Amino acid sequence: MQRDFRHTLNSSHLKPGDLQLKADHVKLGFGGVTALYDVSLSIRQSEIFAIIGPNGAGKTSLLNCISGLYHPQQGSITYYTGKAEHEITRLKPYQIASLGIARSFQNIELFRHMTVLENLMAGAHVHMKTSLLSSMIYWGKAQREQIAFRRFVEDIIDLLEIQAIRDQPVGSLAYGLQKRVELGRALAMKPAILLLDEPMAGMNAEEKEDMARFVLDVNEEHGVTIVLIEHDMGVIMDISDRIAVLNFGQKIGDGTPDEVRQNEAVIKAYLGEDQSTAPMKMIEL
Amino acid sequence: MNSGIFHSTYKADMGLRHTFHEKLRWVIFGILMLVFPFFADRYYLTLANQIGIATIGAIGLNILVGYTGQISLGQGGFMAVGAYAAAILTINMGMPWWASTIIACLVTAIVGALFGIPSLRLKGLYLAIATLASQEIILWVVTHWDAVTGGVDALVVPAPMLFGINMSTDFNFYWLVWALAGVTALLTANLFRTHFGRAFIAIRDQDIAAEVMGINLFKYKLLSFATSSFFVGMAGALTAHYRSIVTWERFTIDVSVLYLAMIIIGGLGSVRGSFYGAAFMTLLPAILSNVGRALKSSLPIVDSILPFIQQAAFGLVIILFLVFEPEGLNKMWKNIKDYFRLWPFSY
Repeated sequence: MQRDFRHTLNSSHLKPGDLQLKADHVKLGFGGVTALYDVSLSIRQSEIFAIIGPNGAGKTSLLNCISGLYHPQQGSITYYTGKAEHEITRLKPYQIASLGIARSFQNIELFRHMTVLENLMAGAHVHMKTSLLSSMIYWGKAQREQIAFRRFVEDIIDLLEIQAIRDQPVGSLAYGLQKRVELGRALAMKPAILLLDEPMAGMNAEEKEDMARFVLDVNEEHGVTIVLIEHDMGVIMDISDRIAVLNFGQKIGDGTPDEVRQNEAVIKAYLGEDQSTAPMKMIEL
Repeated sequence: MNSGIFHSTYKADMGLRHTFHEKLRWVIFGILMLVFPFFADRYYLTLANQIGIATIGAIGLNILVGYTGQISLGQGGFMAVGAYAAAILTINMGMPWWASTIIACLVTAIVGALFGIPSLRLKGLYLAIATLASQEIILWVVTHWDAVTGGVDALVVPAPMLFGINMSTDFNFYWLVWALAGVTALLTANLFRTHFGRAFIAIRDQDIAAEVMGINLFKYKLLSFATSSFFVGMAGALTAHYRSIVTWERFTIDVSVLYLAMIIIGGLGSVRGSFYGAAFMTLLPAILSNVGRALKSSLPIVDSILPFIQQAAFGLVIILFLVFEPEGLNKMWKNIKDYFRLWPFSY
């Protein structure tokens, strides 16, 4: 059944293809360990941008820099909303969130004791404006605001097909469903950019298919820009528009899936120096 | 037998009470509360008033500890702030009791927010120690700032008068305290249907995710301390007006622990649990001493060991709760309801 969505999930004012986020020579280290050396990349509105690389390559660190959990020592990250340009390198996570950058986590970080519905409502936090006092009185405007967002969240529930579990506490849900709820919570923010950190990790083929479909729905129906970290090369090559490859904190290549497939440095990183001529199908790229 | 609760409007879906039975129970409870003071004698009225004050204080503490996950051992200190603020404003500045109560709540909210500042960096046990320090600092100030607080001497608060009626008699105070307890419960229940309440719970459950969802941790932790302390201050101010004597001995670390026990036994993160816990912890010592008095004639030895039995029973109850129902009386009540809802097919 196709349902018309009454609300858009996208809060960006840019046109598809416009530059939306630019990382410029980002360098991040923890004491003696350097996680990212001089990483630059640009993300455009409404594309699915994948970041791949072996374990420890710095993919999650890069995402944490964008969402403000880490602050790079050098370089800058700039975010364009269409109305203004924001340098977000030094901003706090909650400030970055209120600019429209949402994310999910590699290890599920849902609010365990809340129901699915409450988790989604919590995701819409940045859009709720009533004051503490009128919230406590819960009359008139405060009530109308909550009900308006309740209605909005129902669209996300329909999109992700989680109607049956809306009133269940998320702690009791199966892993695959929790991942789906986490996607929903990020969507409730009406993101301009959605950062997904391994949304399909640990899933079976069917669940992966479902999740890929949801990600495509969000991207195609609502035009939300997606930045995706994923290890499943089949999924990456099928759904992403552009790919950046990280290895030991350095970007060793980027481009369309076809370009990345041909990239010598990428092949080397995945297969090792001596086998640089090996046929690509071995790594299912 | 019903197969679930189905709403046809979002407004009903977000209501505090959903079924006819829930509303019916609420009406019955309300009627019982309304007729109770006309039949109860002074002893039971005093107990009811104590439960009322404790309910307000426990709801306040539950906002901070149960909902926001910030462990606080400063309850006694914050109640002292409320009580002393109310007493001093009434005695020295001649304010009417209601004005001094409102200002005392606000003063406690500010003091609570100030002592909440370390919560940005401290979690769990470390925060417990920091709030324990706030408890001791407040009591130290109270006992040493002689010019304002009267030091270790008691302050005597004039009787609260409303239109020529003395509100501190047991009968009159009953209406006052339970009206305020009702308002406190309603405001708190509403709070947790909105983004403020969800932000508090989000901080408790997963603070990093909360921050990435746009919740300013510092702001919301301080707001939680302030809202919590507002109600705790109200409990303190009401104690001052009800007892008409304010001494520091009423607000020691014992009080902080007692209130923590209330919300653990009642149910962390639950408004009605706060009420159950407050009632339970107020009635338990009363019941124990009544039982002791009844046994005194037949078993004379009981009289001498009664205080020890009370202490032991107090500790035992907390241990038993932690072991058998860590989610408290509120969960037990839910289990009972579920049992009868599904009866006789309890599978």
